[in-house]
Amino acid sequence: MAKPRTTVEPYVWLMFSGGGVIAALTFPVLLFLLGVAIPLGWVSPPDHGHLLAVLSHPLTRLGLVVMCAMALVHAAHRLRFTLQDGLQLHKYHALLATVAYGGALAGAIAAGYVMFVVL
Amino acid sequence: MPDQIKLRVARYRPEVEDKPTFNEYDVPLRKDWSVLDGLNHIKDELDGTLSYRWSCRMGICGSCGASVNGRPKLLCATFLTDYAPGPVRIEPLANFPIIRDLVVELTDFMHKLSAVKPWLIREEEQSVDEGEYLQTPEELADYKQFSMCINCMLCYSACPVYGLDTKFVGPAAIALAQRYNLDSRDEGAGERLTILNQPEGVWDCTFVGECSRACPKGVDPAGAIQRYKVTAATASLKSLLLPWGQQ
Amino acid sequence: MTDFLARLYKPKVPLLWWLSKPSYTAFVLRELSSLFVAWFVAYLLLLALAVGAGEAEYRRFLDLSANPFLIALNVVSFAFVLYHAVTFINLTPQAMVVRLRGRRVPGPLLTASIYVAWLVVSAFLAWLVVG
Repeated sequence: MAKPRTTVEPYVWLMFSGGGVIAALTFPVLLFLLGVAIPLGWVSPPDHGHLLAVLSHPLTRLGLVVMCAMALVHAAHRLRFTLQDGLQLHKYHALLATVAYGGALAGAIAAGYVMFVVL
Repeated sequence: MPDQIKLRVARYRPEVEDKPTFNEYDVPLRKDWSVLDGLNHIKDELDGTLSYRWSCRMGICGSCGASVNGRPKLLCATFLTDYAPGPVRIEPLANFPIIRDLVVELTDFMHKLSAVKPWLIREEEQSVDEGEYLQTPEELADYKQFSMCINCMLCYSACPVYGLDTKFVGPAAIALAQRYNLDSRDEGAGERLTILNQPEGVWDCTFVGECSRACPKGVDPAGAIQRYKVTAATASLKSLLLPWGQQ
Repeated sequence: MTDFLARLYKPKVPLLWWLSKPSYTAFVLRELSSLFVAWFVAYLLLLALAVGAGEAEYRRFLDLSANPFLIALNVVSFAFVLYHAVTFINLTPQAMVVRLRGRRVPGPLLTASIYVAWLVVSAFLAWLVVG
């Protein structure tokens, strides 16, 4: 029985799915509050001390990094295929994949840096 | 109801032209006529040179797939009255090379179909004396939907990924692979993994979902593909984390 | 074997194939929603940076976020992120067969359960942020 040709697609797809679930469940409410409701004054802005306490909690730090990393892989995966199929750039598929997932990795590292070094 | 409807039918005669053109024909608009009936009228009464595939005329053989007003349809299951007053544009099934008129080249699918091994694979065949392989109704229900595929190719015609890259194994082939993977009598899931767990296997699919929308038999190939992605990803993860469990 | 080999005509997929059918366009919009998912990641990290830098930086960030262009961007982003969430949740039963006690959970029930989970998670996160 021949072994399947090694490909990273299954693992990337798992992260894409996980990222999709995370983005679907957590982003709408967070974006609504932090990007729309609070700036428009519909909800009074949270106390700086409160936000700092929430963000500094080790679970939040870890949770946010995981959330951001998975959401970025999700976006990278979708954008890579959209460019490839939407603009018919199939011959650049390796370059597109590298740039997309490389960008996601850079973003994930940035998230880790913000949540564990700066904060 | 007017008594005629205009059909604009794509023609391609490689011996005289470089690319497809259109011919227009007026056919009777009868309440019970399918587009196939219209084409048969053209061939019988108006223009015997028109070429197209058809057989059962009842939506089970999968021969008469074509593009009607830009949408992939079975000609025998599409009714003229639904397009009145017309005209109705009839072209060959999209995403396939055209041989002549409405006849397309399907060899690519034939190769892919055999590549996914759409038959029961057993480590060891039971001898006939031991009787039949038994299967409960619940076990049948697990794969029955995927066994409904009539190989009509409407899904390949609807799939933008296949249109852009014919290396993609495609919806029907994967649905048929699943029909066997999910069959309790089958032991060949590992062999099918080889061809499906590749970029041109299931991973090219971006879940557009058009294949399931186009399918005239309710097979839901999109669902089959997404379910297989979970199977293949789990298998890959297992072989990575628990390599000693491999055959 | 025939002597005459048919000259196959291979049609080309137009560049704007995704505009040719509403369902294709809806699909591409669904995929592009991921751009706004990425934007929100950036926004979230910028907020975290501002909070970490102190009260004054946080206030500055709040003022910036009230800028009309940024609000417009975030409203559009919210619409797309919502579109992502709804399409992703609605497609889950098609992609996954869930079995409970040997019986298959019907699709609509699975979708409904995910929406309930969505509400619960949203409520928890809202409480976490607003305090």
